[in-house]
Amino acid sequence: MSAVELESLTLTRGGRTVLSNVSASIGDGEFIGVFGPNGAGKTTLLHAILGLLPPASGTIRVFGKPPGSNAAQAGYLPQKRSGIGDLRLRGWDLVASAYEGHHWGPPVLGARGREEVAWALETVEATALAERPVSQLSGGELQRMLLAQALLGKPKLLLLDEPLISLDPRYQQAVVELIKRVQSALGITVLLTAHELNPLLRFMDRVLYLGHGHAALGSTEEVITSEVLSRLYDAPIEVLRFNGRIVVVAAHGGAVEAEAHRHDA
Amino acid sequence: MLEYDFMRTAFAAGTVVAIVAGAVGYFLVLRNLAFAGHALSHVGFAGATGAVLLGVAPFWGLLIFTIAGGVGMGLLGDQLRGRDIAVGIILSLSLGLGVLFLHLYTSHATQATALLFGNVLGVSPENLRDMVVLGVITLILLTAIARPLIFATLDPELAQAKGVSLRLIAVLFLVIVAVAVAEAVQVVGILLVFALMVGPAAAALRCTTRIRTGIVLSAVLGVAETWAGIGLAYVTDWPPSSWITLLSALVYGLTYVPRLLPRAAHG
Repeated sequence: MSAVELESLTLTRGGRTVLSNVSASIGDGEFIGVFGPNGAGKTTLLHAILGLLPPASGTIRVFGKPPGSNAAQAGYLPQKRSGIGDLRLRGWDLVASAYEGHHWGPPVLGARGREEVAWALETVEATALAERPVSQLSGGELQRMLLAQALLGKPKLLLLDEPLISLDPRYQQAVVELIKRVQSALGITVLLTAHELNPLLRFMDRVLYLGHGHAALGSTEEVITSEVLSRLYDAPIEVLRFNGRIVVVAAHGGAVEAEAHRHDA
Repeated sequence: MLEYDFMRTAFAAGTVVAIVAGAVGYFLVLRNLAFAGHALSHVGFAGATGAVLLGVAPFWGLLIFTIAGGVGMGLLGDQLRGRDIAVGIILSLSLGLGVLFLHLYTSHATQATALLFGNVLGVSPENLRDMVVLGVITLILLTAIARPLIFATLDPELAQAKGVSLRLIAVLFLVIVAVAVAEAVQVVGILLVFALMVGPAAAALRCTTRIRTGIVLSAVLGVAETWAGIGLAYVTDWPPSSWITLLSALVYGLTYVPRLLPRAAHG
């Protein structure tokens, strides 16, 4: 069974069509890098898979079930995190806040909850880190806490929205390697959105590239080509390969990815 | 000093208020809403003086206005962030209205002083009963929403994705804050609410990185400061509010001391 099945999917947000008639099938246990220019609908697609945004038309199936249903629960790492950088609470409490955090009642986890938090922290190799205040963690260490949060409930599908953004290249590599290790160990499916291809090249099974309402899913060699990307960007795009790295360049000369990154800053 | 009824009532009222304010205040500081809490008490001043004008007990006017203000702030939600100027203008408008109501009532400067700076020694047994009932309700409500409140505070984006209504949580929480503020006003007054709502909580957040320990410590610090303040007031004949604010500032200041010591001392 596929982990995520998109069938003639059209998504609109704020009256704007973000994805139009997209079909794609993501297999169980795949590591998928999701790319595309800003506004291409990467986050919107993740929200739809989480069941937060109903499709305008077409269907989404997560392990054969409608998104948002209990059987289709996905672990989620949102891109935007407001105001936890200066939090004087320990990482454990940050992770634990997400364990059944939507239930009413006092913030008492119980033995099962504590076990689950400990397991998630152990899985992301952050058990010792979790005793330190969040304000003292580096960007990469904080990302590990947030990844542990996403693992609570042992989801079979992880949706990671820009987990590498605002990390030093050194940390980017460490975080990607960790995600890959976690994915292999647990045998789960990962959809990870990013701006830059290169940190992910060795780890992705396939690439999902979004642009101008369309999507292309396939191996890096199939998708990251001048022909496919020119269609998705609706502009002439060149793809340069050297030393096992890929540079995507607009025909006017600017590096597309670098530009996309700057808009975000 | 405990042979006097008014002293026993004062200690009891101070205890209730300090526990409620300490626990609620912890979340207030965690959510970066300290200034909003301060403003809520000022909104209450217009309510309290308006109630006096209408011949109603000021506490109920205070409570109704702080709750209305809390609901309003909760509905504004995220738009409230960084709106210091708007909050400040509403704050001064409320104080101005309160002064007008007092003027129209044409008397009772003592009434105003008690509202502005608190008068824990003047709490009547009936007041105390109301405060205990409201305090217990506040703590029960806070306990009931604590889990999603913490989730929504630390991870608003994730909480929203898991179906938590950030707006509902914000409104419920600020209603709880409104009741806690109305209670705290009875002890330290409108202008000094920070001393009980924010001081102990801020100190607790500097002392421990654990949420539950922090909540308990915040309440314990608040009770200790209030008891010591009332006790010192009895001995010195200075106002209890002055002592409580002084102790609150002192305890908060002390949490910075370990940082000033040589590094080796706290490793």
